Amino acid sequence: MASSSSTYSNPPCAACKFLRRKCLSGCIFAPYFPPEEPTKFANVHKIFGASNVSKLLNEILPHQREDAVNSLAYEAEARLKDPVYGCVGAISVLQRQVIQLQKELDATNADLMRYTNQNYGQQRRNMGYGSGVGSYNSNPGYSVAYSYGENPAAHGTN
Amino acid sequence: MASSSTTSPCAACKFLRRKCLPECVFAPYFPPDQPQKFANVHKVFGASNVTKLLNELQPHQREDAVNSLAYEADMRLRDPVYGCVGVISLLQHQLRQLQMDLSCAKSELSKYQNLGISGHGLLHHQGINLLGAGAASARDHHHFHHQLFPVTNQQMIRAFDGASGYDASSLLAMNMSASIGQLSGFPQSRAAGTAPDGRRTPVEPS
Repeated sequence: MASSSSTYSNPPCAACKFLRRKCLSGCIFAPYFPPEEPTKFANVHKIFGASNVSKLLNEILPHQREDAVNSLAYEAEARLKDPVYGCVGAISVLQRQVIQLQKELDATNADLMRYTNQNYGQQRRNMGYGSGVGSYNSNPGYSVAYSYGENPAAHGTN
Repeated sequence: MASSSTTSPCAACKFLRRKCLPECVFAPYFPPDQPQKFANVHKVFGASNVTKLLNELQPHQREDAVNSLAYEADMRLRDPVYGCVGVISLLQHQLRQLQMDLSCAKSELSKYQNLGISGHGLLHHQGINLLGAGAASARDHHHFHHQLFPVTNQQMIRAFDGASGYDASSLLAMNMSASIGQLSGFPQSRAAGTAPDGRRTPVEPS
């Protein structure tokens, strides 16, 4: 039997290899799940499911798909390592850290304002302007960090 | 004919249009008055994946798991490209900014404290550096930086860069139910996807 000359075909992507199907030229997974990274697709498939990922990728622009796949892969891995909280656990910890640091910054700025108010008052006394500076409204040269208390990019979330 | 009292099907069974059996795994966590919760989770994860995941957990862990899945699903639907990862990116950016600001503020404060400004006459803050207080403030600065980078933060940064050193054990000690409530009002994570530092995708392909 003569061997049929097979046209050169690309190796199947990790998704098609996992799903045991033919990796067609228009495979939506192929650009983002190379065959040398089988775990990436395996994780994403286990958590999200191939069909859900396919639908999601089809709903976003091609230039955004790589970022989307990488973020899905990160979330999937986080969920596999922590089945209860996934990456939401990291968010919770980070939020607490932000709140804590904000409190520290507020306290430090309050201390600084006390010192600078005293210094400004002393300068005025030395120059004969009397005591009682009033409210602090001059910039002593350092930057007072803006508060993170409000949502910096609120978009009417519930 | 006496009819047996029928409880309302849970949101999952209502969505899936199936009979809600007494042993339904979804029923405790997807009440019928929250249809969107299951709809989101189903759209992102799929009902069968959620079932498998819940079946692998202890019953007392399932509520937290469902709530975190609901949060992830909600974030993914709001930001299909980055989802929760966008939120993490934004928080890490905020944290770094806060750390820098706090470091500057403490450095300034230490200058005043070291010199004992109050009641000491005219001293311009720029002149303070010339008076040798820099060493003390630098020491405080270094110590302060050490305090500001706890291990968990470094682990998150490493995990964020490739999920190679992700340690979830440090994250298990929180009350997730309360935390999820705090997270519900989180800003739109699309802003994180376009962070000013240009870091659009913090996760590197493995």
